[in-house]
Formats: sequence, structure tokens, C-alpha cells
Amino acid sequence: MDITQLKEGEKAKIIEIRATAGIIKKLDAIGIRPKVEIKKISSHFLRGPQTLEVGTTQLAIGFGIAKKIIVEKI
Amino acid sequence: MMKRILLIGNPNVGKSAIFSRLTGVDVICSNYPGTTVEYYKGYIKLGDEKIEVIDVPGTYSLQPTSKAEEVVLEFLNQPADIIINVVDSTNLERNLNLTLQLLKRDVPVIVALNFWDETKHRGISIDIQKLEKLLGVPVVATCARTGEGIKELTERLKEAKSKTYQFLEEEKWYEIGKIISQVQNLSHRHHTFLDRLSEISIKPSTGIPFALIILYLTFKTVRFIAEGLISLIEPIFNEHYVPFIINIVEKTVPVKFLQDILLGTTPKPMESFGLLTTGFYIPFVAVLPYIISFYFVLSFLEDIGYLPRVAVLLDVFLHKIGVHGYTSIPILLGFGCKVPAMLATRILETEREKIIATALILMMAPCMPQTAMIISLVSPYGIKYLFFVFFILFFISLINSAVLNKILKGETPELFLEIPPYRIPYISGLFKKLWIRIKTFLTDAVPMIIFGVFVAGMLDVFRVTDFVSKIFGYPVVLFFGLPKEIVSVMILGFLRKDVSVALLKPFNLSIKQMIIACVFMVLYLPCVATFFTLLKEMGAKNTLKIIFLTLFVGTIVSILLNLII
Repeated sequence: MDITQLKEGEKAKIIEIRATAGIIKKLDAIGIRPKVEIKKISSHFLRGPQTLEVGTTQLAIGFGIAKKIIVEKI
Repeated sequence: MMKRILLIGNPNVGKSAIFSRLTGVDVICSNYPGTTVEYYKGYIKLGDEKIEVIDVPGTYSLQPTSKAEEVVLEFLNQPADIIINVVDSTNLERNLNLTLQLLKRDVPVIVALNFWDETKHRGISIDIQKLEKLLGVPVVATCARTGEGIKELTERLKEAKSKTYQFLEEEKWYEIGKIISQVQNLSHRHHTFLDRLSEISIKPSTGIPFALIILYLTFKTVRFIAEGLISLIEPIFNEHYVPFIINIVEKTVPVKFLQDILLGTTPKPMESFGLLTTGFYIPFVAVLPYIISFYFVLSFLEDIGYLPRVAVLLDVFLHKIGVHGYTSIPILLGFGCKVPAMLATRILETEREKIIATALILMMAPCMPQTAMIISLVSPYGIKYLFFVFFILFFISLINSAVLNKILKGETPELFLEIPPYRIPYISGLFKKLWIRIKTFLTDAVPMIIFGVFVAGMLDVFRVTDFVSKIFGYPVVLFFGLPKEIVSVMILGFLRKDVSVALLKPFNLSIKQMIIACVFMVLYLPCVATFFTLLKEMGAKNTLKIIFLTLFVGTIVSILLNLII
């Protein structure tokens, strides 16, 4: 499953990021990378941005990017 | 050569606040990533030595993804003597990524652990001594908004060291993990009121109603404060200032012609177009109150950290018209003045997005000085007409962006935005920022307004108005249904848009003409200050394209309005 399929408040571990090198780099710089735990905060309507918590950081990413982040619920 | 210190860190870690504390130079600080999009210079004295300090935009890594981030690399590639790496101590792990990259370079580094005061109530404890030992460079806890730790930071600058931490790039997160596990301790904490508020404002089901309430309160507050100030200032202006200045000029200036230039030919401050009457009435009575109230409310929303949440809420909607959610921040800035708004678009990644965003910002709403004049001129006809003018602009700007989104090739990049925690605005910081913005208005805009009034007077005296309106007047009458003399007003709009709207007053326009004139004056051309900012930011070709577009849309819309209403 990917980040968009998580429900509000659910925690998950990142398995894989299936994106271009540029996006992977950008995500990596902010701390989103495989093996990291995240918590979904909210999901906006109409394939809108997904907000999540990584460590102590909260961030919003576009639906398309979120779709590329494969996670495993914990 | 003078020594140079660079302030480098992730976005929204308080670099600008530390810069202000170190150098005493006032710069705008807010609680959202991307406030600083260019660099600022200041100086500090260390002993007898004067050292240059440079504040650069925030960046997550040393591989730039926007024009703002490129500035960072430009400075890093020039010789620097010390880097102050500003770190958000409530986000240590993520911030250390950049720290380690900086430690690899051949420049002495010192780390400032900013937001130190927040670690306590977030249940974060950091062992500073240990961190210092592990990194091999000085680490100083700071709280830029109170000034705590700044003295220690300056005292320890000389201890900064370079190349103290070697590691393999692939193992950087492992290294960071190792450091974090030794220095940081997280304890469970209960959700605070601000955390709950954050949750409410970021979930769509509650966030959208919340945003509508904020929007309503913003309008109400801006208008309430501004009208309150106007009702205080206007009587003073009319009853004390005007008689006083008339008295002085009539006594000291013997020539009737000069008297007319200074005082105008009628005693009404909005119609005389005298340098000392209308030239002061527009900036200080009509516009300044709106500048104060708008920037007060905007600064408050910026400091509390609400703007990134707006960006998230509007992302889906803004994607439909070709830009992503972050554009809502430059749009909001553009309600104040288009110049900082144009600069703020530097945070956008692609040229396509910048073009669409720029057109949107220019068309969606007038700047605050022009808004103030439109309010002052249109509201006597009825508040509903005021709403109508703003609705037309809003609607047109959206259609225009949607069309550009279809025509221009390429895709809209996806949102990628850190959401800072809500922070209670620091009152002194809030007023300082308000003062910076008011000062910019007083030094940059007021002289231009007075000059604009002067030019208006001159055009009239030398009958240029008659000449121009003879040549270009006919289409204006035919297509827009406006009096032909308005052509000269349009020329002045390039100088100052508030003055051009003010110049409509003596024409005694019908409400229909007033609406058309206001809409046209907002859309047709940017003011000269915005024009030069555009040139600098987008280059001549794109600037001309955008201006041609706004002129075209302004003309078409005015013709349609003339036919329909």
C-alpha cells in the first residue's frame, strides 16, 4: 500500500519510494526514506495533498508523490 | 578583505531572526518556510574587526531545487570565513542532514540550536555538550526571538572549525541516527491547545470551515482597523492640516501659479490635486490606514504559522489553474504590494508556474494602496458595487489562469511543504515587522505618490491631458463608455495605481463607468515598481508577455462590462 491509502492517525513504515532520483533526493533531505516511520495526519479531497508526520516534522506532499511512497502499516 | 559569515540552515529555522539579533538589521521574519528569498547583508563587530554577516534563504540540502535555494549555493561557492549553521532544535534529526554536509566542506562551522525554548514543552531534551563533542564544532543553544544565546554565539565564533566530521554519503542517515540516539531524548507529552488547533486547521473537514472563518475575520478586522484610523486622521487633516497649510502657502508663496500647484484649485482634498493637499491626503489619510491594518493582520497570520495551512487547503483548487498550493502565499502578499509578491514567487520551481502565478497575482486583486482608493471611491455608491469589482477581478484572474494552464506546455509540480507548528506571535517582533513594512511604504511609495500627484497637475497645466485625450480618447469613449479625459489618468496609473484611481474622483462617473474604470485600472498595466521587479525576476521577454496579456484581458473585460452592465 502507499501513503494515500493510510487513514488519518495511522502509522506506517516506509518500504520503498518509486520515484525519480530528483524526488527521492528531495524527500531524503527532509527525512523521508525507506525504513522510516511516519504517521498520516490528513488527506485532502479530490486527490489533494497528504499531510504526515515524520519524527517531529509535519509536512504536506502532493497526491502524486504520496502515491509513490510504498508503506507497510504498523 | 573583510571577513564574511554565512547563516545557513533549513527553511523556517529562524535564520533571519538570528541575523537581526546579530547585526541589528531589521529583516522580515515569519513562521513559514520561504520568507527569505534573497540575501541580506549586515555587520557585526568582533573586537576591533568589522565582519560581514549574510542571511541566505533556507535549504534542506546543498542541491538546489528553486531559485531561492540557488542563492545559498552561490554564496557557499564564494569564500566565507565562518558558517553559522542554524538548526531547529525541535527537528534535530532532519536538520543534522544539512549540518553534516556543511561539516564536509572546508569552512569553519558553528551550530546554533535555535528554538531552544520550545524543546522543553515539546518533551525534547538535547545533550549539548555531547553533541558538540560528536560534531567537533561549537554548539550553542539560542532563542532568537528573545535574544537568548546570541552573546555566547558571537563569543564562540572564533572556535568554529571545519572538516570535523568525515562520513560516507550513503551512510549519512546511519551517522545521524547514531548521533541522535546519543544526544536526544524524547519524552511523551500531551497535546497542547496549539496542537489541536493545528489538527483542526489541517484536516479538510474542519480546516475549510476554519479557513472561511479566518477569511471573514481578516476582512472584518482589516476594514475595522482601517476605517477606525481614517475616522481619526481625516478630521485632523481637514480641520487642522488643510487650513494650516493654506495659510502658510498663501503667506509665503507669492505666485498664484505656484500656489495652485501646491494647493490645487479647489479646497476639496480629493479633487484639488495640489501637492500639499491631495499629495498628502492620498498617502496619509486614504492609504496608510489600510497599509497598517492589512499588514498588521497579515503579519499576525504569518507569525502564528497559518499561511502554510492555507497553502495545503488550496492546493487541489490551485492545481486546477496550473500552480500548486504554495502560490497562495505570494497571492496573499500581493494583496499588500505586488513587489514582495513577485519576489516570493522565487520559491516556485518551474518557469511555467511562475508565469501563471505572476499573472494570477497581478490580476486577482489590486494592491493595498489601490484597494484603499477603490474602497474610498466606490463605497459611497454602495458596498455591493465594491464587492462586484472585487468579484469580477477574482473571477477573471481564475479564468485567465485556467486558460494559461491549458495553453502552456508542462505540468504543475506537486506540493512539497513543511508545516511549522503554530507559534504564539511575539508582540515586539510583530510590531517590528509591521514597522519595516510601513517604513517601506513611507520611503518607497509616498514620494512616488506625491510625484504622481505633481505629474497629474503638470499634465493638466500644460494641457497635455487635452492633447492625449484628443488622440486616444475616441476608443475609450466608444469601447469603455468612459469620458475621453480618462486617458491621461491611465498614463499615470503606470506611476502609481492609487493615484490613478484617485484621479477618477473629479470625473463624477456613473457607477457603471466607475466599475469599468476601476477594473481596467487594476488589470491593464503593473505600476512602475512592479514592472522593474518583473524585469529582474522574469527577464524582458516574459515580462512583456505578461504585460501584453494583462493589457489584453483588461481591455476585453472592460469592453464586455460596458456591453453587459
